[in-house]
Amino acid sequence: MNFYIVTLIKTGLIAVVLLTFCAYLVWIERKVLAHIQLRQGPYRVGPHGLLQPLSDLIKLVTKEGVIPANVNMFYYLLAPFLSVALALISIAVIPFGPVVEVFGVQTQMGLTDLDIGVLVVLAMSSLGVYGMVIGGWASNSKYSLMGSLRSSAQMVSYELPMAMAIVAPLLLVNTLSFREIAAAQEGFYLGFLPKWTVFAGPFPQAFSFLLFMIAAFAETNRVPFDLPEAETELVAGFHTEYSSTMFAAFFTAEYASITTICCVASLLFLGGWHPLWPAEYGSDFVPVVLFLGVALILFFHAAQSVRARMWDRFTFPVFGLLMLGLAGLFLVPLLKPLLIPLFWFAAKTGLLIFIFIWIRGTLPRFRYDQLMRFAWLTLLPAAVVNLLVTGLAVALTTN
Amino acid sequence: MDALLFLTFAGIAVLCAINLVLQTHPISSALSLVGVMGSLAVLYLLLGGAFIAAVQLIVYAGAVMVLFLFVIMLLNAQAERTTSKSAMRAWVSVPLLFTFVILLASLIIQRAPAGAAVKFGEFTGGSVANVGRALFTTYLLPFEVTSILILIAILGAVVLARKEI
Repeated sequence: MNFYIVTLIKTGLIAVVLLTFCAYLVWIERKVLAHIQLRQGPYRVGPHGLLQPLSDLIKLVTKEGVIPANVNMFYYLLAPFLSVALALISIAVIPFGPVVEVFGVQTQMGLTDLDIGVLVVLAMSSLGVYGMVIGGWASNSKYSLMGSLRSSAQMVSYELPMAMAIVAPLLLVNTLSFREIAAAQEGFYLGFLPKWTVFAGPFPQAFSFLLFMIAAFAETNRVPFDLPEAETELVAGFHTEYSSTMFAAFFTAEYASITTICCVASLLFLGGWHPLWPAEYGSDFVPVVLFLGVALILFFHAAQSVRARMWDRFTFPVFGLLMLGLAGLFLVPLLKPLLIPLFWFAAKTGLLIFIFIWIRGTLPRFRYDQLMRFAWLTLLPAAVVNLLVTGLAVALTTN
Repeated sequence: MDALLFLTFAGIAVLCAINLVLQTHPISSALSLVGVMGSLAVLYLLLGGAFIAAVQLIVYAGAVMVLFLFVIMLLNAQAERTTSKSAMRAWVSVPLLFTFVILLASLIIQRAPAGAAVKFGEFTGGSVANVGRALFTTYLLPFEVTSILILIAILGAVVLARKEI
């Protein structure tokens, strides 16, 4: 009975956090893109546009859901549901931290731990394409159909190098369960170099990491691989005919899969929740220093007298105090084993998500033939060679 | 619980299979086949074959059927129409179907070991390590022969698709 209660609480917590994060990822993305392009970004709703996701949500839900006349109704309604369900499932096998004790109950951070965790994520990501394909086809529009066609070919092509890039670090850690993968990367070489698979012997997996990230961009339909929704040629690609909540479902699915794939990358290559350097050299104080720094910057800006907007005089000190509180939380001995692994995991995942947004602000889109040629003639051979070299190195060093 | 899950997903598989035959549009048929494969994966999982279940989803549902859909959409296949109503069809097809089902059932009854019912959760050798070890030791020859067969198939596809020089 205890198990069911704990699992229910964890499921609710993860669902709420993940969906809220997906909503705020839109805000983060718009802000980062805006600053890359020397703009302000969302600024009107709430301080610095912080309430923008909320207003977007209200707008999307209250808008009329237009269903075009000649759609295939069953598949048209099924597609967004399928898309969002498949994108949200795979977070269930992702662990966010070690086994912890909360209120006397010992539990692992994360929903479940499967022997085939990596395969589950791969399966869900390869099934996720159905949402797009069905949606585009059922819309009965040429732009949507083009988007569907592109996405199906693209997903199948990029799954191959992605799977091969995943296999290489798995050779080093010898397991398919995410928890054991993270556990295998604990510890340090020479007392300071972390045993993450990007650094680990006998063959550091930095190249697989690069291959995985490239394939991950294609799998999540992000720039420069966003051919299925190329807005300059296909209006909005596979979701052209969708509006209101069904449109929101497609977007939630996209951001949820970005979050999941970044979690997977940080678990497979960046050591999960293990810190960058040992706790003896003070890695536990990184979050404290970081949040203190942010608080100081906020207080400094609050002290500047000339501000464009009135409310900044109040919001800066309030958020500064919030950051101070967060920094203080990381010093409480009782919360330390819970918060510090979570911080490292969130920091790595957040950094990878930032790279996703950064690339969107930097690179133009591929042409379709370039996309296919790149997958089959560059990425796949590179992944095969990388896998063979890793296999050779592992075979030579282990008996 | 296991029996309930088995009945649910076996039912879904059968329904999807019937739907596959009844649908006139190729896309609906292909999606029904995806449903069959997905429920088969759950049945494998119930029988303890976790690795096979995942591979079933990744390879069949996630790759093969996506390519099917791609080809159907690319060729823009429309719903099929029955052109000539042949009178023979009804007279031959139904007896043939029954003969096939009876043959299949008798074959299964003959080959299946008597009195050994399947118990859920009894088989535990379906992990990735076990399957890998079996493939690379006991079944090494079939494994390698299969991979050569696939290689030949790929070469054949390349030869067929090649531009005439």
